[in-house]
Amino acid sequence: MKPAPFEYHAPESVDDVVGLLAEHGDEARALAGGQSLVPMLALRLTRFEHLIDLNRVPALVGIEGKTGTVTVGAMTRQAELERSDAAAAVPLLGLATPLIGHFQIRNRGTVGGSIAHADAAGELPTVALALDAELEVASTAGSRTITASDFFLGTWETALGPGELLITMRFPVWSRRCGFAIDEVARRYGDFALAGVACGIELNVDGGIARAAIALLGLGSTPLRATAAEAAIIGRAPSAGELVDIGWLAVADLDPPNDIHASREYRRAVGAHVVARGLGTALARVPA
Amino acid sequence: MNELPVSLVANRVPYRVFVEPRKTLADCLREDCGLTGTHLGCEHGVCGACTVLVDGVAVRSCLMFAVQAEGSEITTVEGLASGDELGPVQRALRDEHGLQCGFCTPGFVISVHAFLAENPNPTRDEILEALSGNLCRCTGYQGIVRAVERAAASRRVGSD
Repeated sequence: MKPAPFEYHAPESVDDVVGLLAEHGDEARALAGGQSLVPMLALRLTRFEHLIDLNRVPALVGIEGKTGTVTVGAMTRQAELERSDAAAAVPLLGLATPLIGHFQIRNRGTVGGSIAHADAAGELPTVALALDAELEVASTAGSRTITASDFFLGTWETALGPGELLITMRFPVWSRRCGFAIDEVARRYGDFALAGVACGIELNVDGGIARAAIALLGLGSTPLRATAAEAAIIGRAPSAGELVDIGWLAVADLDPPNDIHASREYRRAVGAHVVARGLGTALARVPA
Repeated sequence: MNELPVSLVANRVPYRVFVEPRKTLADCLREDCGLTGTHLGCEHGVCGACTVLVDGVAVRSCLMFAVQAEGSEITTVEGLASGDELGPVQRALRDEHGLQCGFCTPGFVISVHAFLAENPNPTRDEILEALSGNLCRCTGYQGIVRAVERAAASRRVGSD
């Protein structure tokens, strides 16, 4: 029994959750799958007076595919996302999930928990950023939508305000001639990646790139969009050699973490090559 | 202390226990239910020794609080043997020397059981991926990989 004591709440509706969040303020934390929060509590990296368990709120679970959008409830398990036919319209979701921890973690870990936890090396935050997902949050004041580009502010820090709960994520469907890839380099299978990329490519009728999304993981304090690299490949049909240049462009202005597992320079080099490799895979996956 | 009542079923036996909210499911199983087959290595979700089935799904019991298991059905390593007779995964681990000190073994047994239920004919790569969430510091894993192959084969011929 390693976490500090806390008071446990198990509400069954979103209204009750946001009511409890409003009542207890900074002293409360929502508990989703617990695959990141519970280790942090066990290691005493953090503590809260109140934990508000979301696991008894059925309204937060589910995956729905509508025209142009896949909507995922915050408490949907990652394993569910991996298996879902409805989520298949957004291929990056299915490509990202096998890279999250191990199957036992994905059985319990949730989509919303991963995004709200906002780890810079998290696959689902990076996919949300690549696709400009819309994140719907609720509080006692009502609900509002935050786009992923405005959501990730720093290490484990998001635009969620006091008393706000992430309830739903809307991922846009790319329906034309598209290819997607997620690629990362980790020291061991299931570890946090040293560097990685989630990318999407859409080709026009001439085979040139009409739309590109490149989001990086593990290379800063948040997931990052490589906007210069995206702009540089629009309208082109880059060769494998040119993709490496695009990769270096993607990491040019970054200041990645420097730690015992990888130096800043090494992470940048891994990032450049993983971007090139990811883009190559995405291009190869565009249907003829 | 502020203890809450929890009712759960472990290995088909109902338990009603009183636990502090911060008590993990793993500690509850060991200390309150007497099911000490579930082991605790790292206590923060990395090593996999504490893996159990909760409502049929393999999870880390050190990353769940016991209060969250209210109304759940748990299966621990003790639940995968019938009396003194080992289950197919346990038998295969013994036959292939898939353990030495045995500390990590309960977690491997549960993980492999859940994996083979979902994927009865795994490739070697799929086995390696499935085992990646459990750490063993003795064997070097080779015997464990062979044991998964053997357990899969014995399930196929229905010898269990």
